[in-house]
Amino acid sequence: MELTLWTYEGPPHIGAMRIATSMKKLHYVLHAPQGDTYADLLFTMIERRGSRPPVTYTTFQARDLGGDTAELVKGHIKEAVDRFNPEALLVGESCTAELIQDQPGSLAKGMGFDIPIVSLELPAYSKKENWGGSETFYQIVRNLLKDKSEESKKAWQEEKRRPRVNLLGPTLLGFRCRDDILEIQKLLGQYGIDVNVVAPLGASPADIIRIPDADVNVCLYPEIAESTCIWLERNLNMPFTTTVPLGVGATQDFLRELHDVLGMEIPQSVNESNNSKLTWYSNSVDSNYLTGKRVFIFGDGTHALAAARIANEELGFKVVGLGTYSREMARKVRPAAKALGLEALITNDYLEVEEAIKETSPELVLGTQMERHSAKRLGIPCAVISTPMHVQDVPARYSPQMGWEGANVIFDDWVHPLMMGLEEHLIGMFKHDFEFVDGHQSHLGHLGGKGNQNINQEVKTTVSNDSTNTSADPIWTHEGEQELSKIPFFVRGKVRRNTENYARQAGCREINEETLYDAKAHYKA
Amino acid sequence: MSGATLLKESGPREVFCGLTSIVWLHRRMPDAFFLVVGSRTCAHLIQSAAGVMIFAEPRFGTAILEERDLAGLADAHDELNRVVKNLLARRPEIKTLFLVGSCPSEVIKIDLSRVAENLNIELKGQVTVLNYSGSGIETTFTQGEDGALKALIPLMPKSDQKKLLLVGTLANAVEDRLTSIFNRLGIDNVESFPPRQSTQLPSIGPETKVLLTQPYLTDTARELKNKGAEIIEAPFPLGVTGSTLWIQAAANSFGIEKSLVDSILNPLISRAKQALIPHVEKLSGKKLFLLPESQLEIPLARFLSNECGMEIVEIGTPYLNRDLMKAEIDLLPPDCRIVEGQHVERQLDRVRDSSPDLVVCGMGLANPLEAEGISTKWSIEMVFSPIHGIDQASDLAELFSRPLRRHDILNPKTLTSN
Repeated sequence: MELTLWTYEGPPHIGAMRIATSMKKLHYVLHAPQGDTYADLLFTMIERRGSRPPVTYTTFQARDLGGDTAELVKGHIKEAVDRFNPEALLVGESCTAELIQDQPGSLAKGMGFDIPIVSLELPAYSKKENWGGSETFYQIVRNLLKDKSEESKKAWQEEKRRPRVNLLGPTLLGFRCRDDILEIQKLLGQYGIDVNVVAPLGASPADIIRIPDADVNVCLYPEIAESTCIWLERNLNMPFTTTVPLGVGATQDFLRELHDVLGMEIPQSVNESNNSKLTWYSNSVDSNYLTGKRVFIFGDGTHALAAARIANEELGFKVVGLGTYSREMARKVRPAAKALGLEALITNDYLEVEEAIKETSPELVLGTQMERHSAKRLGIPCAVISTPMHVQDVPARYSPQMGWEGANVIFDDWVHPLMMGLEEHLIGMFKHDFEFVDGHQSHLGHLGGKGNQNINQEVKTTVSNDSTNTSADPIWTHEGEQELSKIPFFVRGKVRRNTENYARQAGCREINEETLYDAKAHYKA
Repeated sequence: MSGATLLKESGPREVFCGLTSIVWLHRRMPDAFFLVVGSRTCAHLIQSAAGVMIFAEPRFGTAILEERDLAGLADAHDELNRVVKNLLARRPEIKTLFLVGSCPSEVIKIDLSRVAENLNIELKGQVTVLNYSGSGIETTFTQGEDGALKALIPLMPKSDQKKLLLVGTLANAVEDRLTSIFNRLGIDNVESFPPRQSTQLPSIGPETKVLLTQPYLTDTARELKNKGAEIIEAPFPLGVTGSTLWIQAAANSFGIEKSLVDSILNPLISRAKQALIPHVEKLSGKKLFLLPESQLEIPLARFLSNECGMEIVEIGTPYLNRDLMKAEIDLLPPDCRIVEGQHVERQLDRVRDSSPDLVVCGMGLANPLEAEGISTKWSIEMVFSPIHGIDQASDLAELFSRPLRRHDILNPKTLTSN
């Protein structure tokens, strides 16, 4: 049993719903009790969808459990097929139905429909949403393509046509998928590469059947599409790309990898230049102030990994924390963190993430909507880089994350929450003027710098609690406090903590101006 | 009963389960914690319905069952014990802990009452542990509050004091307003259940007269009656008429002179009717379809038809308690169609066939209907908004006139073409 106050991912059947709702001409019969229909609002409210998810819930109640729930399931399946007339049917269970073991998938298969029936087994008590999405997409593709053989297909060169790829992985409730696929299609078009099928988003079962017509699969979102890409490679001999084109460097790597896998010559332009403004903006003098900005990163695996690379290589930030809520992606995130000299934070507990943010005192948080809230409480600027989705993550404007335009969007989204370089310079110059007292950082929402004062107090009390059984607490002199107040608010908590630790170690009873500088020298050494 | 037609329907339903009521209960009693014993679905449901990301540490959570909890019940009980103790160590401000049963905990038959009993012995009164079920297989949406209140009743002290007890969660401001009106009528001893602090439970006895503020408290009303309280029969305090009859019923029960009641209520009534006029202009003659969800559908339909002139196409209700709803159904216009239960697909077919001007529905259905050009109002808003009482009647009407007004602003009818 695990105590959860808030969860980054829903249960696995929500992942299945994301696939079903992303696709066309598909229907999902979900054996689930009354109440599980809440999931519809994720699509109709967060994504503002103007149509209901193609899901029929059996909504059984306690009184049904005494009777024949199998008959109830069959009734709902029949009605759904008659009413919605899908090209293929998904059948599965939510957590409660899993316990009563009606096996709706087998029931559906025994009903004599002439459409493909995909039976889903998504263990609700051990797996989560992204796993459920991945497994569902894999089962759909496997079921619809299992009788296809790799025979007859000719490479694009032999057929004297342009190369064709599939874009696999985009879904509803996925981060900016809607715009990413437009951006990637545009990018591929510029290199003479056609897109055969985009799936699951916007694909029908008939489109899934056309997947083998492409030369290569592009795995855009490994959380959803990796297992499917591996299966297609093994069974239909379709290679796939593994680089996710998030950021300038990754987009270039992606183009190189794709050209390579397709057997195309890599155009000189890919290596020499790029079409994103990020590179120049980052080089412009105004961005000097970005150098070494401390950034804390947390999100799904793909976006957290990409953010670390962009922050580190393309914006010149210093990554001080990196983590993911996705256990499936921990294998990839751990070495990436290690390469940055960090230990990856793998957790589904947002309070643990908040603690880690406090601990590392970053100047910018790149996280999910939950980290946005945590950062707001702490008075730290934040940009959202990953699911879980919030209505704000579905902007009206075109706002991809991938490709050249995606890199532009990322530059703006991450840098604007920080103060502009010139502004920071001016604040440095005029910080002793009365207008520039703490708490005037208008970009930090209503909290301003005040949130941080609270942390400082919290930290202070924790420290004094800890020290009751060790030695007496060092006392801050007026001069010490004065000097501390000149330190930028976002690192002040850390400096206070370090100085107090140093004072205890050094046996100082008092912290004055000099103790601060001693501590500074001690920790720099 | 009036001439209302009562029909029953079954099939796929689109309603929240009882866990959803935690969303307002935890705000009503800030010293209580609601711990759902359930699955990741339960946790996801509550956070999705409540949009809880704004809280540092919410006063509700889920003990998520894992594979090994399903294997042995004895272990599951021990595990829950462990989770509760961790939680209480972390949150010393909690005075009352509700263990809330869910679909999976009910199906695998975790005995929450036994866990609660053992914990109460161990905790020696520092924290009171209670349990009820908010599972979707047994409860719909607002019924969760019914379960939580029922669980509190055994803790209510006995008293022979004459008092008026308002039962059902109200917005604090509305509660204060209604209490002051009763005070002006000469009913001095007015208390509320649930209280604002879980530990300050009102006392109860044969001299307690209960006035229900919400229509979904079937079990609570029955238990209060078993404790000797008298349940005052009245329509619910929505709209001018409903609220007036509701206050009058209490006044009658306390033997307050009619002339005093009239002298206090009449100015409020005429002021409220005045305030209703602009909304009535907008709503009058418009067709209304209510899908089942909050259990407030019948009183709302009564208000919107009788006081705002709306034409009722259909009233959906998750379930129908004929005793509690009798006074409401009597006030409905003749030939009203009330459908108990739901077949959401067929009901939506009827919505489309009847082309209503406004549909009251759940959050999952609102945008799809809006996309078809049908204005909607979320039923969940009724349980969050201060809508009870005479003074709130125009605010209540405004909730329904606003979507229509907005529709007119965005779709102006131009007489001239260019």
